[in-house]
Amino acid sequence: MFGYEFMREAFIASTFIAITAGLVGVFVVSRNMSFLSHTLSEIGFAGASFGILVGISPLAGMILFTLVSSIAVGSLSSESSRREASISAISSLFIGLGILFLSLSSESSSYATNILFGSIVGISSKEVNQLMILALFVIFVFIIFYKPLSFDSFDHIGARAAGLKTRLLSIAFLVTLALSVSIGAQIVGSLLVFVLLTLPGATAKYVVHTVPKLIMVSVGLSLAGVWLGLYLAFVTNWPVTFFISAFEVIAYFLGLGYKNWKLNH
Amino acid sequence: MIEAKDLTKRFGQQLVFENLNFKINDGDFISLIGPNGSGKTTLVKILMGLEKKTSGELSFTKKQTIGYVPQFRNIDMDYPLDIEQFVRLNLKFTLSPSKRHEDDELIKNILQETKLTELKNRPLGLASGGEKQKAYLAQALLNDPKVLILDEATASLDVEVKMQLMDLVQELNQKYNLTVIFITHDYELTKKYTSRALFFKNKTIEEVHVNDVSEAMFEMGS
Repeated sequence: MFGYEFMREAFIASTFIAITAGLVGVFVVSRNMSFLSHTLSEIGFAGASFGILVGISPLAGMILFTLVSSIAVGSLSSESSRREASISAISSLFIGLGILFLSLSSESSSYATNILFGSIVGISSKEVNQLMILALFVIFVFIIFYKPLSFDSFDHIGARAAGLKTRLLSIAFLVTLALSVSIGAQIVGSLLVFVLLTLPGATAKYVVHTVPKLIMVSVGLSLAGVWLGLYLAFVTNWPVTFFISAFEVIAYFLGLGYKNWKLNH
Repeated sequence: MIEAKDLTKRFGQQLVFENLNFKINDGDFISLIGPNGSGKTTLVKILMGLEKKTSGELSFTKKQTIGYVPQFRNIDMDYPLDIEQFVRLNLKFTLSPSKRHEDDELIKNILQETKLTELKNRPLGLASGGEKQKAYLAQALLNDPKVLILDEATASLDVEVKMQLMDLVQELNQKYNLTVIFITHDYELTKKYTSRALFFKNKTIEEVHVNDVSEAMFEMGS
């Protein structure tokens, strides 16, 4: 299958996406932000369709929308940003806006399907380069902030007591989350990008107990999911997103089962 | 030594306390007592530099590093890190191999000191209340603080476990001349373990003899 240019591109892009999502996902889970990452992907959908409407790339539109909203969330207190009802209200509004932007633009509905559900054929080599640069940027930010971010994410109260600038860390994290949502959506689609951003991290937590191992398992599961998904999508011609989400969900329940088994033994 | 002269704190028009005058000597094991809302935690935040005083003076004889053990922590059953990893969160980032080696030694000593060596691989979410408090204590002690503040750290523990934790703190206090500031609602622990007591009363503070500390001092309006 690597004889096809588009498959090679899709593979490279997915590899970077999986590494970023797996890495960021560990912190999404430990900061209890699964729900927020779901909302950001819906905001990303609105951003992508806005991009199409005004004639910039969907990726640029997504980055614009998710960055602005993540910074807005970061300037609220952490308590209010987790109020689930207000988050649902905002996400409904953005799905509505996304649909509006798409219907106002003259693009065909296949564009909408690609943004929402992802696609393995739509990626050009220029876009692959953009994704790589963004992914490397996210990884770089994580390396710089690794220690304080781990402290704040796994023990917020302790980090504050130790005098860490937790507000700044929170904004830095939200920015990388926004970028991860935007790049992840290019393959998996904005409707299911949160699968990659939450499930591998949540599964890892059931099987290993140190931060580096959590990252390794999460990135590993995320890579396995997209690679297997791409292969199966190529062979069967079924949507890649189906295979990725099925794989991650199965891994999650196996992880949960393992944890419960261990508790009783 | 920590010394306060006429220390006053207001939130806007709301007076929290005024004209606090006290000295805390190195190696003191001192309790801060008083009803809820009397300003104990606000004072601690000022000591730690997390909150600004409104007026008065607060001086430290030398640069005091402070370890803080709060009462509440968001650690649920699913919390993934094991006890050792939780304690390690408070380490500074390093790439140097020799510093890493030092850090490993430091962690080993702290776990030993807090009697957690055998439990170090247990996920913190599955640890008992007393084990959790010990882990919080170990983490707070990591950067070799001169002052340790326990903010109602024993509140949710069984009597026996409380005593164990306090015995441990007492041991550290004596061995390292560690200053301990113990915020509590437990007059029995105050009497048993601490050598001095500062009592928040009528928006200010007075020193009382630990043997005179009574249950009534923790009730509203006292």
